[in-house]
Amino acid sequence: MSTLGQVPGTPAAPAAPQTSFVASQHRRRFGQRRSKADRWYNHLALIVICFAIGFPVLYAALVATQGNADFFAFRLTPGDMLGENWNVVWNTRQLGGYLLNSTIQAIVITVGKTITALLAGLAFVHLRFPGKWWVFWFVLVTLMMPTEISIIALFRIVSFFDWGNTMYALTIPFLASATGAFLFRQHFANLPSELSEAAQLDGASPTQYLWRILLPLSWNVIGALAVIQFIYSWNMYLWPLMIITEQSSQVVQVGLGTLRTIGGGQTYGPLMLGALVASIPPTLVFILLQKQFLAGFSIASDK
Amino acid sequence: MQLTFSAVLALVASATLGAVLLGAVASRIARPVPLAAGVGAVAGLVGPLLFYVPLRFCTFGPEAEPVDLLFGLTLGATGTLLALRIARTLLDPAGAKQRAVKRDTTTHGVFRGHPFLPWVLLAPTLLILILFLYWPALYTLDLSTQLVRLGAPFSVDRCVLNFTELIGPSSPTTTFGVLLATLVLFVAGAWLDRRGDSRSERWGSWLTTLGVGTTLLFLYLLWTSSYQRVFTVTLIISAGTVVIGLVISIVIAYLAYQPMRGGAIYRTLLIWPYAISPPIAGILFFVIFDPNAGIIEHWLNTLFGITLPNYRQDPMLAQALVILASVWKTLGYNLLFYIAGLQNVRTDLLEAASIDGANIWQRFRHVVIPALSPITFFLVVTNLTYAFFETFGTIDYLTAGGPAGATSVAMYEIYRVAIPGRDLGRGAAQSLILFAGVIALTAWQFRSTGRRVSYGN
Repeated sequence: MSTLGQVPGTPAAPAAPQTSFVASQHRRRFGQRRSKADRWYNHLALIVICFAIGFPVLYAALVATQGNADFFAFRLTPGDMLGENWNVVWNTRQLGGYLLNSTIQAIVITVGKTITALLAGLAFVHLRFPGKWWVFWFVLVTLMMPTEISIIALFRIVSFFDWGNTMYALTIPFLASATGAFLFRQHFANLPSELSEAAQLDGASPTQYLWRILLPLSWNVIGALAVIQFIYSWNMYLWPLMIITEQSSQVVQVGLGTLRTIGGGQTYGPLMLGALVASIPPTLVFILLQKQFLAGFSIASDK
Repeated sequence: MQLTFSAVLALVASATLGAVLLGAVASRIARPVPLAAGVGAVAGLVGPLLFYVPLRFCTFGPEAEPVDLLFGLTLGATGTLLALRIARTLLDPAGAKQRAVKRDTTTHGVFRGHPFLPWVLLAPTLLILILFLYWPALYTLDLSTQLVRLGAPFSVDRCVLNFTELIGPSSPTTTFGVLLATLVLFVAGAWLDRRGDSRSERWGSWLTTLGVGTTLLFLYLLWTSSYQRVFTVTLIISAGTVVIGLVISIVIAYLAYQPMRGGAIYRTLLIWPYAISPPIAGILFFVIFDPNAGIIEHWLNTLFGITLPNYRQDPMLAQALVILASVWKTLGYNLLFYIAGLQNVRTDLLEAASIDGANIWQRFRHVVIPALSPITFFLVVTNLTYAFFETFGTIDYLTAGGPAGATSVAMYEIYRVAIPGRDLGRGAAQSLILFAGVIALTAWQFRSTGRRVSYGN
């Protein structure tokens, strides 16, 4: 399901780039060139491109302050309707409830998936057991089984469990994934085996080793996985649209639809404001964990 | 369940084919001919049975139309080929040795004396995968052969009708001709590829590419006109998203990867749309291109006097907008990989090229693009998967599949049929058709990885 959540280092990915964004500063320190790239036209082109990419959101921020009259007059100055639009978004349509549901869903999935993936990674790398090869393939095959393909059957199954309109339906089916398990498997396998041998000499159990040694060494990977999973679950749309029919249990991506028409007519200000508010949490997570995210990507390369 | 004469005939033919094919390659994998032929016969028997037993041989039944029979035979043949492929791999002793070495390269620093712990550690993952991925997948197979209405307690067996009712070529002869051409192209391509010299190899890859084209043409011709539309729309939107998205990304990445003042800021500003959701991308473009008050149209109109048609009535523009929104949304992810990849391109190669007098375009064409090919390949696959599945949210907000189904991609159609249309069986059948596409894509990915697209660095 998480198309864009696919991570290098999983078997489907190519050998991931070793150098990351972080490394470019490093390279500059060696100082050969105040590079040829530092030309004004290069900067100009990039500024124009950044602006073009940012345009939909910048325009949304503008419209969020406007009423329909400003919008239809194509005004490019902020309007004075921000308060009113906020009132519609927050009080009339109660976006807060949707946001709360989305937050709970995203946090539960992110934390849960990280834990199940850490445990599976430990078992794959540091333990030997009969049938391991089969288990590995059993998990690997799910990489090419997107949830969407069997979403109708999943809908029936979750309805058998009577989980319709509950947080269970929004979280439990997504608490484990091959992506996460293989990401940690790859990461643990790249650590020197002396670490675990030393821990064993000191009499540590596998779980102690995971908690004391592996966890502190894995923050970059955990951060990268957290960004991917948080964004993935926050942005989930089709599944909640199908399984949640009560407004009070709905998530924000679907709930935004209620902002399209207010009082019979199409309105734009509240819709744009809602879309912006709903984009804040994933953007924050992305910016706050950016360093871990980028570093995690380069760690995942198979050497 | 009744085993008709034609079913027995098909199974015997399949088993014979298996015995002959594996027997013929026995010498190449250093196994005695009788053993290989025996394994081939068993595989040839088991492969089709994997399909026929769950279907209770209904495609051979008295009520089956010729198209059902043909569909069943195609399924059986697919089963045969898959089983033979697997059997051959398992028979190959060299492969077995390789697997034995390969399978444990990641295991190290093993903790001993914990026989149950691995299962405890893996239990959550396995439980979730079984309950919410494997079970639904099998259940989809089951649903696809039934008439099941959402909310209705009963279901009726429909054999393969949910699939075959989508098949209805307007000209069966042309369709069959294209199928034959496809087979010829693939066989010739594989034969040339095996000859080993570089010229035949190049010709072989040309023929195979042509074969992919005729495969798509064959599939297009195969469907009834209404499913033809879904197929075309899915193809246009996926191809548009991937091609336009990757071309734009590679150019922007080439501008942004070099060390320069403010480089980190530019890169952050370039990749943040990764965090925006597909439905919100749909909402933003919904407002920007509003037919009455769209700002882009207003500007185009004042500056150049261009008027856009109403995208809620114009199919081409609607598709273009869905592609534009998807390209915008995936840009961050693509740039992330391309920029990291470009920073990895060896600068000495670029410098050598520029000393040899290569201009910026030539360096881009002959150094940068080949060096990025593994990443491009990976991104083609992830972007295609994005276009198949995640565009759903964008489409639902932007066009709701309209106008007249012009943006109803396969996934959107599945939802439309199954939930608002309440027909779970047909929805499941269409899901499986899409799944076949995903499997073909994955197979292509596995074949190509480490073959054409690797350049050592």
